[in-house]
Amino acid sequence: MNSAVVTLFKLAVLAGLVLFPAIGSSFYVELVAKILIMAIFAMSLALLVGFTGLVSLGHAAYFGIAAYTVALVAPEYEAANLWFVLTASVLAAGAAAFFIGLFVLRTKGIYFIMVTLAFAQMAYYIFHDTALGRSSDGIYLNVKPDASLFGWAPFSLDEPLHLYYFILAAMVAVFVLLAYVLRSPFGRVLAGIHSNEHRMKSLGYSTFRYKLAAFTLAGALAGVAGFLYAVLFGFVTPEYLSWHQSGNVLMMVILGGLGSLAGAVAGAFAFIGLQEMFSDWTKHWQLLMGLVIVAAVLFMPTGLAGLPRRIFRTVNWGEDDE
Amino acid sequence: MDITSFLIQILNALQYGLLLFLVASGLTLVFGIMGIINLAHGSFYMIGAYLAFALTSLTGNLMLAIVLGIPLAFGFGALLEKLLFVHLYKRDHLQQVLLTYGLILIFEELRSLTVGDDVHGVAIPDLFSASIALSDNLSYPVYRLVISVVCIALAAGLWWLMQRTRLGMMIRAGSFNREMVQSLGVNIDMLYRTVFALGVALAALAGMLAAPISSVYPGMGGSVLIISFVIVVIGGIGSVWGALVAALLVGFADTFGKVLMPELAGLTVYLLMAVVLLWRPEGIFRKG
Repeated sequence: MNSAVVTLFKLAVLAGLVLFPAIGSSFYVELVAKILIMAIFAMSLALLVGFTGLVSLGHAAYFGIAAYTVALVAPEYEAANLWFVLTASVLAAGAAAFFIGLFVLRTKGIYFIMVTLAFAQMAYYIFHDTALGRSSDGIYLNVKPDASLFGWAPFSLDEPLHLYYFILAAMVAVFVLLAYVLRSPFGRVLAGIHSNEHRMKSLGYSTFRYKLAAFTLAGALAGVAGFLYAVLFGFVTPEYLSWHQSGNVLMMVILGGLGSLAGAVAGAFAFIGLQEMFSDWTKHWQLLMGLVIVAAVLFMPTGLAGLPRRIFRTVNWGEDDE
Repeated sequence: MDITSFLIQILNALQYGLLLFLVASGLTLVFGIMGIINLAHGSFYMIGAYLAFALTSLTGNLMLAIVLGIPLAFGFGALLEKLLFVHLYKRDHLQQVLLTYGLILIFEELRSLTVGDDVHGVAIPDLFSASIALSDNLSYPVYRLVISVVCIALAAGLWWLMQRTRLGMMIRAGSFNREMVQSLGVNIDMLYRTVFALGVALAALAGMLAAPISSVYPGMGGSVLIISFVIVVIGGIGSVWGALVAALLVGFADTFGKVLMPELAGLTVYLLMAVVLLWRPEGIFRKG
């Protein structure tokens, strides 16, 4: 597809998201806000899975650590400063990713998948069982953070609309940041590691350091998502770190199609959209979700992002330029 | 801790570790031989436990339930391999993760639809329901000893199967070079199906044996899956011997972690894994 058309399409989607609160009810505005947060989460994982070739099945750990940082750092009945708690939770998630990365990046392939899962489970137990998480039921965040900066408050997160636009702005910022990172020399090295790590090593790159940097950045950005999620719903629970959460975000990335940031966003919309639709129909909605996932693997190996090309190729039968 | 309760903890650790070995051995075989990461392996443990519950209420006896349940689980595994897993051999790990994750959701909901979400108990067979008195007020249930003995016998049987039979030889050869074994006239598809079904049956058997002591509850497959992953990581992928040693290590770490550091009980197993990773990132018994 023509790159101008793609850019135009992305801008149209963005315009739709900006205008959405004008037509959507408050229920749907909150739902789209949740999807946008999950899109940030999915993009952070796409940096690892799609662009570096590191399949992490424990990404929920960094999401949950950031969410817990908000709940633990904020005073109980007063508003915390937004910029302070945001920085603290993103730093906590990034630091956790750095330390866990030191261990898990020593492994490859199937090992990496299992070890990331195991470390995330360890983080889950820290908040579920020890005094740090206070209670296995979770913690309420009674007051939303206060956005004032040196006494000047540009917006208030108590207003659902302000919160929606704050989340949308964060999503766009993460998208732009990652697009920039991927085009930078650093991103090219990650792409090189993805296609052939041995070659990158023999070219003199310390691939471990690059992978650790990517892992830390991905963890910190997952932290942005976890932070926003805690603020949006005013509640944190150990379930934010559960392996189902890690599995779900990986599904979003894969369903959207690997190697594309827009695909990760589309995957978040598709996954949560389906989840909402199925759970409207039946209590046993996970059965339908499971069937969709299995069917997606068997019949749609390139994900949603690959769908237009696949349809295009079927139409131009035999004129494939692969 | 006095000597008697120490002995009880050792027996508990052995029994837990041996039971985990049944689950992890199937997982490590399927990884090692077919190169497949199967997240749904914990579901087979859950299915086994529910099978024990359903068949025990039907027949009135757990032992009869297990005798009936093993061929059912084996057949179920073979069918699943023929319908789904056969499509995964040439796909990358990511798609294997995706499909088997979808399967977990399907199995859990089917369980919820057919049996419901209640916790169920399974009665210990009368034959093994006694306890052995160890001191005035401490005793040890015979059934737990029976589990350990059955697991040890199975571990020995598995070793014999892999090292001393023609089937085991073909399995080991198939894990090194699929095409070569195929060109020597071995039906590799059938071989893979057998190994997969064997793994399913072992995990389901572990669930059936555990049903009376752990009871039967939703989500019981998830925690076993993750612990089995830890065991495979510690033991080294594809190594049955490594899985046995790692399962016992995990059994001891978990049991004594709960006794000595109750606050950190959930973490000891993962700390053990972290130490092993620093020491040997490929696991203790990684081949080749």
